Amino acid sequence: MADLLTNAAAEQAQIGPGGLFMATLRRDLLLSLRRKSELVNPLIFFLMVITLFPLGVSPEPGFLAQLAPGALWVAALLATLLSMDALFRTDYDDGSLEQLLLSPQPLFIVVLAKVLAHWMLSGLALTLVAPVIAVMLFLPAEGMPGLMLSLLIGTPTLSLVGAIGAALTVGLKRGGVLISLLVLPLYIPVLIFGTSAVQAAVTGLPLGGYLALLGALLALGLALAPLAIGAALRISVSG
Amino acid sequence: MSGPMLQVENLFCERDDRVLFDGLGFSVDAGEIVQIEGANGSGKTTLLRILSGLSRNYEGEIYWRGEPIERVRDQFRRELLYFGHQPGVKALLTPEENLRWYCALHPALDASRVSEALEQVGLRGFEDVPCHSLSAGQHRRVSLARLYLSDAPLWILDEPFTAIDKRGVAAKEALIGRHIARGGSVILTTHQDLQGSSAVRAINLDRQGGT
Repeated sequence: MADLLTNAAAEQAQIGPGGLFMATLRRDLLLSLRRKSELVNPLIFFLMVITLFPLGVSPEPGFLAQLAPGALWVAALLATLLSMDALFRTDYDDGSLEQLLLSPQPLFIVVLAKVLAHWMLSGLALTLVAPVIAVMLFLPAEGMPGLMLSLLIGTPTLSLVGAIGAALTVGLKRGGVLISLLVLPLYIPVLIFGTSAVQAAVTGLPLGGYLALLGALLALGLALAPLAIGAALRISVSG
Repeated sequence: MSGPMLQVENLFCERDDRVLFDGLGFSVDAGEIVQIEGANGSGKTTLLRILSGLSRNYEGEIYWRGEPIERVRDQFRRELLYFGHQPGVKALLTPEENLRWYCALHPALDASRVSEALEQVGLRGFEDVPCHSLSAGQHRRVSLARLYLSDAPLWILDEPFTAIDKRGVAAKEALIGRHIARGGSVILTTHQDLQGSSAVRAINLDRQGGT
């Protein structure tokens, strides 16, 4: 009997977590693609915030170029934050989250797949459109690699940390504002190193150090955030 | 197998300063149906959520096959099928996509039986229709199809017959009967009387707490 059980467990381990990761990733991407309005929301928000700077501050190219690294990063950060609330909301409302928490599979895997799906449609999409939008702010061409690389490494951390806030507030009726208050302070290190990387790229300084620091933050987030997200989800559902 | 499958001792739960139950104790044996009864708001759903491990908002002991449930959490989850108040069906996905994801969550389930299970609940021909264009009853049937897929010994069902038509209810009762005959157990809440099932034991929450 004991033999039988361990064999069964071993078989499950083989088809288990990897398959679940892919299944969840596919499911979440599919869900987002079928809800097209939410798909383009972060991108349009990003574009509109950037449009406000020439209108509101000054249309002068030299001044905008100076402003560009910070403005682009702040706008990307806010766009990510905007889409964060929806990450677990629908799963909570329709009961999928309960089923997810009752799965014998590790919660870490599902959570990581969900955050990856979220990042691919927010952070990754923002990274890809950022150069086009950066031109609007007269960001010099030398700054583009720095902008794209820093966003590529930095935005996954934003998604991971934001997901902790989303998991903590999913049980509340209006969690959106609370997420911002919880999560924005934690975004500050990513913002600092991200903008520094772009500025370094613009002035021709090496940006390896900043990217390494962003990478370290991402590694830390990848290892620890899914555990925090899982625990937060259990608390939210238990409440 | 000796001893009860699930044993509950001295369970206490309060919600918003109102005691739902206090000193509640019962056990569920293999091949037994336990029906939780009580008025609306008496804590039926809360009790089922506690038993399934979703809610930690309680005091008291719960044992699964003689072991404290906290220590055998993974094994318990593998042997549990929970049908909640919300059916856990994504409106934007088709019935088949919904069930396939459920199979990924529970690796013991055989994903190749999904279409068979959908046929059993009368959703043949609706496999590729997004669930938001199904009726309320069909929506719940998607979730009930999990009962046909599952080999889990313990079923916890919260109002499984809501919005299901008469023939559907009869089919589900027959299914529960087969599950019992296989040596499984069912804990459920329903406002309907179960017909044709002999071994139904009722636990009434109205007499618990009440303050």
